[in-house]
Amino acid sequence: MKHGKWPLIVTFLVPPVLLYVFFVVSPYLQAFQISTTDWLGYSADANPVGLANFKALWHDDYVWNALKNNVILLALVPVLTIVLGLFFATMLAMGGRKGSAGVTGVRGGALYRTVYFFPQVLSVVIIALLWKEVYHPNQGLLTSAAHAVGLPAPTWLGDPATAFWCVLAVMVWSNVGFYVVLFGAAMSAVPKEIYEAVLLDGASRFTTLRRVTLPLLWDTVQVAWVYLAIFALDGFILVQLMTNGGPNFSTDVIGVRMYDTAFGSETKFGYASAIGVVMFFLTLSVAVLSLRIGRRERIEYS
Amino acid sequence: MTTLDQPTATAPTPVTSGDRPVRRELGVANALSHGFLLLWGLLTVLPLLWMFISSFKTNGEILADPWGLPGALHLDNWARAWTGAHIGRYFVNSLVVVTGSVSLTMLMGATAAYVFARYEFRGRQVVYYLFVGGLMFPVFLALVPLFFVVRNAGLFNTWLGLILVYAAYSLPFTVFFLTAFFRTLPTSVAEAALVDGCGHFRLFFRVMLPMARPGLISVAIFNFLSHWNQFLLPQVLLQGDESKWMLAQGLFALSVSQGYAGDYARLFAGLSIAVLPVLAVYVAFQRQVQAGLTAGQLK
Repeated sequence: MKHGKWPLIVTFLVPPVLLYVFFVVSPYLQAFQISTTDWLGYSADANPVGLANFKALWHDDYVWNALKNNVILLALVPVLTIVLGLFFATMLAMGGRKGSAGVTGVRGGALYRTVYFFPQVLSVVIIALLWKEVYHPNQGLLTSAAHAVGLPAPTWLGDPATAFWCVLAVMVWSNVGFYVVLFGAAMSAVPKEIYEAVLLDGASRFTTLRRVTLPLLWDTVQVAWVYLAIFALDGFILVQLMTNGGPNFSTDVIGVRMYDTAFGSETKFGYASAIGVVMFFLTLSVAVLSLRIGRRERIEYS
Repeated sequence: MTTLDQPTATAPTPVTSGDRPVRRELGVANALSHGFLLLWGLLTVLPLLWMFISSFKTNGEILADPWGLPGALHLDNWARAWTGAHIGRYFVNSLVVVTGSVSLTMLMGATAAYVFARYEFRGRQVVYYLFVGGLMFPVFLALVPLFFVVRNAGLFNTWLGLILVYAAYSLPFTVFFLTAFFRTLPTSVAEAALVDGCGHFRLFFRVMLPMARPGLISVAIFNFLSHWNQFLLPQVLLQGDESKWMLAQGLFALSVSQGYAGDYARLFAGLSIAVLPVLAVYVAFQRQVQAGLTAGQLK
């Protein structure tokens, strides 16, 4: 293996490393530096201002408002998505209960999984634009459904009281299918004998789920938690396309704040990068925290 | 799936008094679970179905009866979206860029991963973690400087710029996944080929790449979907010339202009055009898509 390996290593590794360092590593490093300047975009002068941007952030009510929304998303989106995902995955894996193993999948399970998963492959842009029409105050699917059953319909995305919840619902809608498939895969890795033994002991379906399936799935749930938390801290494209943070900033999130600051009416690149840096540390701490809190003893089969 | 689980002849079915209530509980639970499953299925399908159906209706029909079926199949909506709103052009643009970016990602990802998986050299770990570390960072942070990096390189508003950026940001996952995959391939075949006088380059292209095909396909589909669905990067890096836009940008513009023109049917047709290829890829490669995405999003 030794002879002549260097030409290959060099030709195979240098181009990807160059590309990666140029477009990925260097922007990340620059972002930290830019966040300490007062750079206003297209002009050449960027003066170092130390932590002034971060100080201004601290007193920026719009940022706090956006952050508050992100925190609500962070508290609700993972919980709702994981609960629904677990619920449907359980239904699919154990809806039927017959045969020697005691639990079997529900009939047509493969079809359900296929359908549920589909939103996951759709572009976020399509999901956002489609749901914007579903929520349309005149001819939207929801409004007309409400009218059909004689209910008054709010203006959904047009009303500060409902807009945020409408966006949140779309976030959950687009994610659940993915977790049904993920949890389903984890469930099918649990040996059948365990269920057989539990069934012989006379455990009910609910007990089986709470006492057997969930603990065995804990690793997967925890990973799902981290990913959904990161998703909830972002939420940028959905919000930008559906409401652009409005009405009256009721759906604003940090991502939209940052994008507006950088590419909106003013190009406050220094300030935007500071928001980016804060987002970076928030994401990092949320990921580390959820891994810490969720840590339990690992269960291995065999 | 279709046949019921029959108890085998050798295992006698226990007949106990407790059998009956269990069975009744089964019936109720089965109906319940099917009910809930069906409900979510409908929730998932309805908006999409509504979009497809509406794309064949007239604007009058959409306004008057959002739930109704079209009186006739108005294919002119699709024509209006394809040519009038330039969705056809954006579609082709996206196809060109995504073909380029996925090819580049696969080539660079596979060669780098192969080196990480198969060769020992100083600093390998450092470079590997440099790549994989990119999985953890939000794209957001890089957005502002990336804009200038691309502009200073003279790649702003060009497809080449997008292709290079897509590929660069896809490398972390591609390298991570493929390194693990190349490690699972048997070393004996590679050693035998080298003993037979096969060069290192030939070994890679003739032996290792074909063996790695299943992994390559999974990653390629994953990259195809994520590049095809990309919105943020073109929005920032391809702001000017409308004729160069990606599909996502075109759809967004269509949605905005629809607000003034009141041409809802055209918007639904445009959205349907964008959904169809993804649906086709998904149905054709379901298993790989689900495997690739579940592996991809949960590093």
